[in-house]
Amino acid sequence: MIPFFLRRVGAGLVLIVIVTAITFFLTYGANIPVARNILGPTASAEQVDILNGQLGLNRPILEQYFAWIGGVLQGDLGTSYYTSEPVVQALASRLPVTLSVVLLSAAITLIISTWLGVVGAARGGVVDAVLQAFSTITFVFPAIILAIAMVYVFAISLKLVPAVGYTPFGESPERWFASVILPAIILSIGGIAALAAQIRGSLVDELSKDYVRTLRSRGVSETSILLKHALRNASGPGFTTFSLQFISLFGASLFIEKIFALPGYGTYGFQATIQFDLPAMLGVTLFGVGLVVVMNLVIDIASGWLNPKVRMS
Amino acid sequence: MSTPTIDQVTDVADATAAKRAGAFRRIITTPLGLFSVIVLIGIVMLGLLEPVLRGHDPNTADLAAINAPPGTPGYFLGADQNGRDIWSRVLTAINVSVTSALIGSGVAVGIGSILGLISGYVGKRVDGVLAWIFSLLMTFPALILIMVLQPITGGTYQTMMALFGIFISPGIFWLVRNLVRGVKNELYVDAAKVSGLSNRRILSRHVLYVVRGPIIISAAFMATAAIGIQAGLAFLGFGSAQDANFGTMTADAFLNIYRAPLQLLWPSLFLGLMNAALVLLGNSYRDALAGPQAAARRHRKKRSASTSDATAPSEEPTEARKASAQTQGKLLSVRNLRVSYPNLDGTRKEVVKGISLDIHAGEIVGLVGESGSGKSQTAFSILGLLPKQAEVSADVMNLAGDSLLNHDAKLLRRMRGSVISYIPQEPMSNLDPSFTIGSQLVEGLSSSMSKKEAKETALALLARVGITDPERTFKSYPHQISGGMAQRVLIAGAVAPRPKLLIADEPTTALDVTVQAEILDLLRDLQGELGMGVLLVTHNFGVVADICDRVLVMRDGEMVEGGDVRTIFRNPSHPYTQELIASILDEETVRTDPAPAVLASAKEQK
Repeated sequence: MIPFFLRRVGAGLVLIVIVTAITFFLTYGANIPVARNILGPTASAEQVDILNGQLGLNRPILEQYFAWIGGVLQGDLGTSYYTSEPVVQALASRLPVTLSVVLLSAAITLIISTWLGVVGAARGGVVDAVLQAFSTITFVFPAIILAIAMVYVFAISLKLVPAVGYTPFGESPERWFASVILPAIILSIGGIAALAAQIRGSLVDELSKDYVRTLRSRGVSETSILLKHALRNASGPGFTTFSLQFISLFGASLFIEKIFALPGYGTYGFQATIQFDLPAMLGVTLFGVGLVVVMNLVIDIASGWLNPKVRMS
Repeated sequence: MSTPTIDQVTDVADATAAKRAGAFRRIITTPLGLFSVIVLIGIVMLGLLEPVLRGHDPNTADLAAINAPPGTPGYFLGADQNGRDIWSRVLTAINVSVTSALIGSGVAVGIGSILGLISGYVGKRVDGVLAWIFSLLMTFPALILIMVLQPITGGTYQTMMALFGIFISPGIFWLVRNLVRGVKNELYVDAAKVSGLSNRRILSRHVLYVVRGPIIISAAFMATAAIGIQAGLAFLGFGSAQDANFGTMTADAFLNIYRAPLQLLWPSLFLGLMNAALVLLGNSYRDALAGPQAAARRHRKKRSASTSDATAPSEEPTEARKASAQTQGKLLSVRNLRVSYPNLDGTRKEVVKGISLDIHAGEIVGLVGESGSGKSQTAFSILGLLPKQAEVSADVMNLAGDSLLNHDAKLLRRMRGSVISYIPQEPMSNLDPSFTIGSQLVEGLSSSMSKKEAKETALALLARVGITDPERTFKSYPHQISGGMAQRVLIAGAVAPRPKLLIADEPTTALDVTVQAEILDLLRDLQGELGMGVLLVTHNFGVVADICDRVLVMRDGEMVEGGDVRTIFRNPSHPYTQELIASILDEETVRTDPAPAVLASAKEQK
């Protein structure tokens, strides 16, 4: 288990380094007139030069990169050009918002897909048809349209949940739930159909295997065969699909935050991008990849733990 | 805004082996296929004819026309809150969406299929590097990067879509790579190589031919994703808010939702129509490639559902009563057993054609025949473990006084846990890889005893079947033990409830020759101890001679001969039995199982 774990951590670190390096060299290397943007068109060329010097943007790009890396290793992601707030602090304050939506959505996806997959494998027929229809709808209507439709129905017409804004959990758990449940459901829609189909397919494969017949020959109940034996063996491919889905789910959450005006990474990153706030943009990228890596590590460990061959190695 | 997962994309790989010729014709003969082709062509035409069809410039605001309802002269679909003509904006937006779809899926298909072809065809080192790059690319948080890199892409939708295409290209890459690797090993490529064709020609003529269909299907799904992402990005304000596209139109209409909710309809309608047409086209192309097989599969499903009721017990009660009167005092008696499976065309194929057999308590009966003779089908129908599609009927099927034809699933299950049990052929695949040996043994026992008792029984049994360290094996997982040990474990599991009838399906075939004899000895000992009746299914007359009291010979689903082992060996009356006996090898030769013919066919399947 430990070598397996270390390999996954190593792969995650490689991913973080590559993605942030690409982002760094593309954004810092693009010669975006940052100082001119901050100071406005009336500033003189000298003022622009001075600010560039203060921000360190006139140094060779490699030097800037290693300075950034050095900062990262000390837990310093720089300071926003516009708000003067340290990027780490800004991201930390937004972490609960994004995590609330993303983790809730991941849980919804996992639970509902597993349930649909199990029922589909055991019963077939109707559930298959529903899944097929569901997956077609999620392809046909882009998430934006679905999101608006759901906001219109649940927030504006029925007034079940607020249309925008976020309430911290500590302030009021019920209002927190009301503020994140709709975004989480919208985020889940895209993944559920695909994951359920995957789980259903793996379960059907497992149920046709020899060991299932042998368990049946010993009088083991169908419920135990389906939920204990087949589901556990089908969980490997299911988790692989789920970890890929989590990546797109997290990406999409940045956009959903914008629609619901939730003060998470998405809104922060959006603002940073519009303003060319380089440290903030890079910080969002780093935290984003980091979260994906951590989540995938958790999923890997869970699926490795369920698989004795991995666990015992 | 979900990008297509690898699963959705590789899903379509199923749709390979098919006749492509006429696939398009087959699409347009289905109503959905025809509908999607017409809608797609219609929408693309609307976009192309934009300069002719539009009444106004899509960005010209006319204060007089603000929120004009649909049907206003000059404003076919009305005007938005800035007084811009919705119809012209829809036409422009169609062009944006079509371009996005073409760029997004085009880049993905281009990168994915070219590198996939190279990776799959060249192999080894190149493949290793490319596979690593694409699996890394797959874990990139695509949307974050599209957002953050917006200052570099300039925020135009074309560059964003090109970037998006790169991020979704792993789907196509894996699809093509895996298909190519499959095709590469097929004989016709070898033949092409021998006949002197260059690599490039092989790739383009043969390999592309196979991967073309799945690529087109995933391209259709990727196009919908590109359209959705483009609209999503524009909705959020990436790119100019002035541009007419479905994203900005939706955003404008959303702000105006209380005053003119109808304005939200138009972008949704056209987006929905376009994506529905693409998805349905992809699906019907998949169906067309899968061809008649898929249709037959569906047919078969339906048919088996409708006939499953016909599995009712015998319809001639007097016959059955007569037969059951003859069977008293026997452990197992079966009269006129028939097993059939549905064919693709809806007819049924009978694989067991009216078998009758008896087993007395304490007797070992061999059931012999080649593969396909119906011997395993007979055994599984007694166990009640045939696949759902199988239809079983018999006049009598009694085990220890109870009828197995009673279709109460619960009762049958309880009998399987106690009166009747089963030893499989292939030991490793018959143990659940995720659970310890011990927990699997205990689970089978726990219906009849407490957890603690079950554990003690299991440990005792493991020792009894000749496992040297029962405690350790109890805690082991299947992958930690050898095939011979696994077979002992399975035997322990089978005899644990002290069954009256044990059905062993080729219990030694998959084992090493040296282990085979030990396992047969063990079976004989246990049978003596427990006084079980045993039905031993085998193709090997040597095993029969070794262990059985009586033998039954099956061929093509019929019983050709049966009787005392000595009698049959000395004097086989049926030519088929003579053949089988003659095929036993003499003492010096070691027979390897499975037979070479089986190995060859298994190879072909790979």
